[in-house]
Amino acid sequence: MKRAFPILAVVTALLLAYAFYQAIFVAPTDALQGNVYRIIYYHVPSAWTAFLLFFINFIASVQYLASAKPSTERAANGVVIAIGIAGAVAPFLPQVKQQLPAGMYPSSVATTALIIAAVYFLVGKYFPEQSLDVLAVTTAEVGVVFCTIVLITGPIWARPVWGIWWAPGDIRLTSTLVLWLIYVSYLVLRRFSDSAQTQKLAAVLAVFGALDVPLVYFSIWFFRTQHPQPVIGGGGSMDPRMLHVLLINWMAFLCFAFLVCWSRYGLEKLRREVEEAEALESLLEPGGLAPPPSKSSVPLSRGPQ
Amino acid sequence: MRSFWSITLATLTKDIRLEWRSKDALNAMLFFSLLVVVIFVFSFDPLAEESRHIVGGLVWVAFLFAAVVALNQTWARELRNQVLDAYRVSPAAANALFVAKVLGNFVFVSLLEALMTPLFIIFYNLRALGPTWQLIPIALLGTWALVVNGTFFAAMSLRTRSRELMLPLLLFPVTIPALLGMVAGTTNILTGENPAHFWIVLLLTYDVVFTTACLALFETVLQAE
Repeated sequence: MKRAFPILAVVTALLLAYAFYQAIFVAPTDALQGNVYRIIYYHVPSAWTAFLLFFINFIASVQYLASAKPSTERAANGVVIAIGIAGAVAPFLPQVKQQLPAGMYPSSVATTALIIAAVYFLVGKYFPEQSLDVLAVTTAEVGVVFCTIVLITGPIWARPVWGIWWAPGDIRLTSTLVLWLIYVSYLVLRRFSDSAQTQKLAAVLAVFGALDVPLVYFSIWFFRTQHPQPVIGGGGSMDPRMLHVLLINWMAFLCFAFLVCWSRYGLEKLRREVEEAEALESLLEPGGLAPPPSKSSVPLSRGPQ
Repeated sequence: MRSFWSITLATLTKDIRLEWRSKDALNAMLFFSLLVVVIFVFSFDPLAEESRHIVGGLVWVAFLFAAVVALNQTWARELRNQVLDAYRVSPAAANALFVAKVLGNFVFVSLLEALMTPLFIIFYNLRALGPTWQLIPIALLGTWALVVNGTFFAAMSLRTRSRELMLPLLLFPVTIPALLGMVAGTTNILTGENPAHFWIVLLLTYDVVFTTACLALFETVLQAE
């Protein structure tokens, strides 16, 4: 695993460079917007990456809360399995099929539901109890960074194209902003809370934030249908060459996000080990509970416990 | 063990009696929202027609800020003499305490709204053009939305440094859809241009979702120490 990190770093650097070349020099210029549209190659991949990271944060938080008691864990597993089965079967029923918006296939909805359930169990399998919380911090921090990029590149693009920096009634802008606010408050809570139960409180807040997102979406969706506002993208399909470059960029950004998460994850783990070792050391000091041993016996570095 | 509702009722009567004797939270809240109203009057001097469009926002922002004053007091009161620790080790259901606190705050904030609404009407010369009775469900559902999440996050911010500052930071982002519902619903009724039904349904959904979430997770937050 140790060797994999530098290899991935090199691959990511190459991929980012290639994606940059493709985005700036290869992709065709947009007929209506000119070169300004090229910011899409940074805006959209950042948004997708941020949403993915927030989703993993939500899954890790639910897992963390559920793992507190065996009974809640069983209940949560049951709910996730039910969601997976219902999500896989329901889109194919004729009544539900009619309700799906145009362009959304039943098979893609079913696959998404199955993937959500699978991610839940995979995260639970590979991240034991405390690692779940480390995963949640990591994804929230990196997600906020990517979400910030989205919120900065958006207005830069909107000013020349729409003529305004910000469309207050637009559904995606506002939902993303609220999502960003929720996760910043999540990070603030983690920073300000000094009890041993920060992890639990943070996980609770993450669940609240996730519940909030669909409500924000629907409220603004209705808000906008009353007050028409400029819409992102302008509809229609994308030039396949542009889509190709967009996907390359997304892959590069995903690799980059994965790399940053990986290093942040290791850092957070180390920090907690040092904290534990320091707590242990203060216990073992003269006057503590145990007889005073020599200081060097407390392992500060990682090793077999 | 006593039943859920008898514990709730006992805590609620205790809180209301305490508030009745000291009037700490209520006085602070009333004076605070009075100040907000006066500042708004100085800042915006609209015509009657314009005021219909902006007052929905002003009213709810004033109530939101004032509610935070009361919500901060909710749990701080229980920290003195380790009342909260005593509650934690008692076999009483955690949710009974939570429901009592929410109901208490609901009473206080509703009282505040009942007293402050006439002031808004006087200062802004308001007359609703839509169906006025619909303001009542919006006010009740909106107040519940503020209070249920506010009480929950106040319990959460107890565990943090500078907790009085923490509560708005946690509460406001999550409250945004409810606030949008209250403001847009109130504006629709005042102007009479659009029906407010969607916003009432939205507030109802918000209340159901977050009341369920609070009841499911409150024990975790109370026991976190």
